Amino acid sequence: MHESVAFIWANLASRPAMLEFKRLNAGYGRAQTLFEFDLQLGAGEVLALLGRNGAGKSTALKAAIGLLPTFSGEIFFHKIKLNDLEPFQISRLGLGYVPEDRRIFTDLTVMENLAVGRQPPRAGAPHWTPEQLFELFPNLGRMRERRGSSMSGGEQQMLSIARSLMGNPSTLLLDEPFEGLAPLIVEGIAKTIRALKHKGLSVLLCEQNLRYARLVAERVCIIEKGRLCHTGTMAELDADPALRERYLSV
Amino acid sequence: MEYTSVLIQFLNGLASASSLFLVAAGLSLIFGVTRVVNFAHGSLYMLGMYMAVWLSERIGFWLAVPMAAAIVGLLGAVVEMVLLRKIYQAPELLQLLATFALLLVIKDAALWVWGAEDLLGPRAPGFAGTVQIADGALPQYDLLLIALGPLVLVVLHFMLAKTRWGILIRAATQDREMAGALGVNQRWLFTGVFALGALLAGLGGALQIPREPANLSIDLSVISDAFVVVVVGGLGSIPGAFLAALLIAQAKTFCIALGYSKATLVVEFMVMAAVLVIRPWGLLGRVPANLRGPAAVPLPFHPPSPRMLRIFAVLSGALVLLPLASDAYALVLLTDILIFALFATSLHFILGPAGLYSFGHAAYFGLGAYAAGIFSLQGKFPMELALALAPLAAGLAALVFGWFCVRLSGVYSAMLTLAFAQIAWSAAFQWDALTGGSNGIVGVWPAPWLASKTAYYYLTLLLCAGAIIFLWRAIFSPFGYALRAARDAPLRAEASGIAVRSMQWAAFTIAGLTAGIAGALYAFSKGSISPEAMGVQRSVDGLVMVMLGGLQTLSGPLWGAALFTWLQDAAARNIDYWRAATGAVILALVLLWPNGLGSFLQSKK
Repeated sequence: MHESVAFIWANLASRPAMLEFKRLNAGYGRAQTLFEFDLQLGAGEVLALLGRNGAGKSTALKAAIGLLPTFSGEIFFHKIKLNDLEPFQISRLGLGYVPEDRRIFTDLTVMENLAVGRQPPRAGAPHWTPEQLFELFPNLGRMRERRGSSMSGGEQQMLSIARSLMGNPSTLLLDEPFEGLAPLIVEGIAKTIRALKHKGLSVLLCEQNLRYARLVAERVCIIEKGRLCHTGTMAELDADPALRERYLSV
Repeated sequence: MEYTSVLIQFLNGLASASSLFLVAAGLSLIFGVTRVVNFAHGSLYMLGMYMAVWLSERIGFWLAVPMAAAIVGLLGAVVEMVLLRKIYQAPELLQLLATFALLLVIKDAALWVWGAEDLLGPRAPGFAGTVQIADGALPQYDLLLIALGPLVLVVLHFMLAKTRWGILIRAATQDREMAGALGVNQRWLFTGVFALGALLAGLGGALQIPREPANLSIDLSVISDAFVVVVVGGLGSIPGAFLAALLIAQAKTFCIALGYSKATLVVEFMVMAAVLVIRPWGLLGRVPANLRGPAAVPLPFHPPSPRMLRIFAVLSGALVLLPLASDAYALVLLTDILIFALFATSLHFILGPAGLYSFGHAAYFGLGAYAAGIFSLQGKFPMELALALAPLAAGLAALVFGWFCVRLSGVYSAMLTLAFAQIAWSAAFQWDALTGGSNGIVGVWPAPWLASKTAYYYLTLLLCAGAIIFLWRAIFSPFGYALRAARDAPLRAEASGIAVRSMQWAAFTIAGLTAGIAGALYAFSKGSISPEAMGVQRSVDGLVMVMLGGLQTLSGPLWGAALFTWLQDAAARNIDYWRAATGAVILALVLLWPNGLGSFLQSKK
């Protein structure tokens, strides 16, 4: 049996924020997309998980938040095993998830979207109110009563991040948050991610594009065909064209 | 009609609309969040009625009504936790089957507790009189109901729009997986919504007792009304349900007032068909978003393996030799099984490979049966000719109805098939001159050379086996592959040159035609036809057979039909509460093998 959520909350503050994948095998239905996957996200760091389209990046995030069943291996968050927990339980441990396609509730207004994500304050993680989030995303503050369906892609992306912050997470999972956005918006979101890091959040960022990852991440893991094949600092990757050529060029 | 009597009829219709709206709103809420169409929702309404009658003898009407609603709401919560939680991941059709089984169980439970007699409820104290409007009179209680409908609408609207619970409901309606990933505990949300929906249904029933006695047939009539209201209003739209309840209730009331009380069903479903053709997603409905979450990808069909073919050869041999060792009773039962095997296979053909939900497949079975009877008795055709022409009549009806049905998708299409089946049923029920009305047609006997049970058994075996093999062959023809492509990826199929709608239309017609063969054979084997041959119950029997056998297996419908027909025959004779027994068996099967009995047999191999 897993520990009760209340017990876990009480003990969160004393543990360093950390997400850990151990020899994880996972996939969709019978199709395995992640093989013996190992990864560690340290407290307060921004780690980019780089890889081509279909490499297994999203699978890792979905498995962590509990949207995909795992085949074998383990996922730990604050040393708590996540495999058998449901998404809502995992989210209530302080793990925020921002999906690739944003998944805004388009029938709901900005304020209502934020209300869905709301969770009680959590020790060891910054506490957010809608007003504080509107400081972080001024655009959203100007469209509080607007429905998700009439927002631009960039605004939806901001709302998706803000919505998961309403749960006061200690760690954020971001799945390609820059995809399809205008350069100015990309810079704005990168700035936000750096601000979140500054507030002590850990961020696991999935990204295909090294240029975007470079904006926020100091450490890099590269995944190819579902297997982790390189871990190092951003500086190392920048200094090694052969490595970039091998795993990241299209 | 006079102006005053028009007004009184109008107010009367408004009062009827209130109860209808309560049921439909609950159904719509539950469907929106859980994506389960609750067949047992009419049963909850019925329970509300019985409970309120029973309680009002003890604690008085005004306490009994909220109490009955609360008890039904509580029961709803229990049902959700015990049954529905287990089947949210199951295929849509199986969920429908489970809630239908619940309907059967509740019906017999009510029969057991309250007996078969209608229970008259009390007048509402303080509202027992009438109000004089010009020279007409309207019950005071009707005025109360008229006010109640909009009141509930406003309360529900406020709850959904302004409370956090309402926001979570709307979020989960749109993307429940994402809501979960944001920390929303869907389990309690689902239980709460189901309990609220049940409470509304119970309240609707309880409020109805001064106007109508509690009776055991109200469940099916309420659920089909509620389906119509929800679909006409737009699934998931509470104001839409309100508008549609008004529309339907008014149409029915004026039908009765004008002296066409028999035509209410036809009018109701005509309204529905008209709305759906003009606005396919209902008055206030919107194009449904694709449900988020791991889609249930249907497993591919496999052509029968050599081993399976050997089993079928042995089975066919056994079926050929069987009359040598059977008595007349067993032969009649076997003939029934063969007929229903064909009926189930034809239904499976559109449910499985074509992916079209049909809740009214019995229409084509019944049309085949009626056509056979009418051709042979009124047309004085030889029996052989009547048997050959009858399926064509069913096929023709499928051609016409199918044109509408393939234009919609999913639950909407299912509701439209139900609507057409109800039209066909009420035509059979009401067109005395042609169909004999509720008495049906008697004296439909086969030609002399087929009169013996054995000869008729062989005829049935030949025709059913032939038709079943034809349907199976079609599944593995290019036509069958195109159908499955259209089912699994309609846009991609369309883009690769498959005319999706035409293919589905053809499949619908073929299925109707083959169901017509089964119906015609049934008519001549029984010698009589009654409207029950095409009732809702028969359509659902077919669904149960298919689901028992498993949608993903080719031969599933055969085992399902055999088991169901035998079970019904055995249970109906030996068990007082056979409906509850069937329901309990179905529930057990659904909970134990959510993919059908056929898959259970396969897993044993």
